[in-house]
Amino acid sequence: MQRSAVTQIKVRKVAAWPITFYRSAVGKKWVMAITGIMLMGFVLSHMVGNLKLYLSREEINLYGEALREIPGHLLPRTVFLWTIRLGLIGAFALHIHAAVSLTRLNRKARPVAYQSERDYIAASFAARTMRWSGVIVGLYVVFHLLDLTAGTANPDFVRGDPYNNLVRSLERPVVGIAYIVANLALGIHLFHGAWSIFQSLGVNNPRFNNARKRFAQGFAALIVIGNVSFPVAILAGVIKQSCEGTPIEEPCAGSGAFGEKN
Amino acid sequence: MSAPKMHIKVTAWRQSGPDAPGAFKDYDVNDVSPDMSFLEMLDTLNERLIENNEEPIAFDHDCREGICGSCGMMINGVPHGPERGTATCQLHMRKFNDNAHITVEPFRAAAFTINKDLSVDRSALDRIVEAGGYITAPTGSAPDANLIPVPKAVSDTAMDAAQCIGCGACVAACPNSAAQLFTSAKLAHLNLLPQGQAERWDRTIDMVETMEMYFGSCTNFRECEAACPKEISVDFIAMLNKDYVKSQLKQRRLAGQVFP
Ligand code: SF4
Ligand code: FES
Repeated sequence: MQRSAVTQIKVRKVAAWPITFYRSAVGKKWVMAITGIMLMGFVLSHMVGNLKLYLSREEINLYGEALREIPGHLLPRTVFLWTIRLGLIGAFALHIHAAVSLTRLNRKARPVAYQSERDYIAASFAARTMRWSGVIVGLYVVFHLLDLTAGTANPDFVRGDPYNNLVRSLERPVVGIAYIVANLALGIHLFHGAWSIFQSLGVNNPRFNNARKRFAQGFAALIVIGNVSFPVAILAGVIKQSCEGTPIEEPCAGSGAFGEKN
Repeated sequence: MSAPKMHIKVTAWRQSGPDAPGAFKDYDVNDVSPDMSFLEMLDTLNERLIENNEEPIAFDHDCREGICGSCGMMINGVPHGPERGTATCQLHMRKFNDNAHITVEPFRAAAFTINKDLSVDRSALDRIVEAGGYITAPTGSAPDANLIPVPKAVSDTAMDAAQCIGCGACVAACPNSAAQLFTSAKLAHLNLLPQGQAERWDRTIDMVETMEMYFGSCTNFRECEAACPKEISVDFIAMLNKDYVKSQLKQRRLAGQVFP
């Protein structure tokens, strides 16, 4: 029988420690896990912070202001916020770079696909669509920043008035629905990702392995329910925008979910 | 009294050599006893093909008792077929219905060259073992038993890992063609035991990096675990990940010696 040499898909090179580590696929997965944790921390605090939307315009605007003031007078204004932002941008970039490079490696590892139909037994829908859910979330984040941070995608943008910006943006049905779709994709991504983190970091023990899955499910559900509630509440008119003409500095009684309707 | 015979329709991948084009071909196999193993069903088909002066279907097999890891093919899109924890040679035809239509295809991965039909060269797995899947021990008279105490739980877990027969079904099952389950089993059965400690960190680096020369990366689909005839757990993959990161950190302390 004729035998051919084993096909190699990657060259093994020795380099300085962090480079060798990141060059390896296991190292890249470790980086994806660590950056995943950072991004999960962001997503959670972002969702919790936005709950202030239900209180009043004043509350959420003060929250936005407080983020810029951390940590009081120890640092100039926004220095801390920008440190966090740069950290998150770095984490986001590394997470995407590792994902793209691993995807390319994995394509090379099976150049000829199965010619008969594959029957998957264990792989969940979430696991198999990680790349798609990731791309949807990534694109949405870009739009979200243009819409609500830079304001370029939001004609009614008023700097320093996140309440107005959010309500004005999400009450456009197309944006509200895009927001819901993106958050469902995020939930699917988290459903597999949050579990995967434990595995990639080697956090494994039969005593708590079931809890890892439950944590991932709970976390994904929490984020989706919290985030999707905002556009739903705005589109349904539960969160009201009735502060026209009220200067930003003044409390606006008709805002939030509990304010008086007028 | 023998059970009634079954009729099976087989669609098999035919390919005359590594670089030849391949295609599926349909066969009807009558006289299949439900007590036959899957390989015996293929033997029956091959006997008929030989009688008709046709080329028999090549497939790998050796022990036929589920311990050598030679056999293995995609059976209806699942490595080793529908029965969990069962190698192809241990799969019985009674697990299929009469008149079943069964499609067989070779394991596919960049590192797995198709020798012929369903026979696949899986020697890339051997390269991983060569890179560190051993311990260095003085030979000579056998040491006294129980000289080195090993906690029961540890030896049990090491034995679970040592069950891997190197069939490559984990690679075949993985959408990324990753060999993580195989490598993690080969690492764990040594890394867990006292005898494996001396070379633990070098072994981990060498075997993982050799694995990555040929195979894809793990995205935690868990298809490998479902396909493995020895039901090796993905818990060993977590151990591989942890040991690889640790060994990278340990190597760093030896940087002066590792990198000139
Ligand atoms: S881990 Fe299981 S599927 Fe993979 S080679 Fe070993 S026995 Fe086969
Ligand atoms: S032939 Fe040896 S395991 Fe199947």
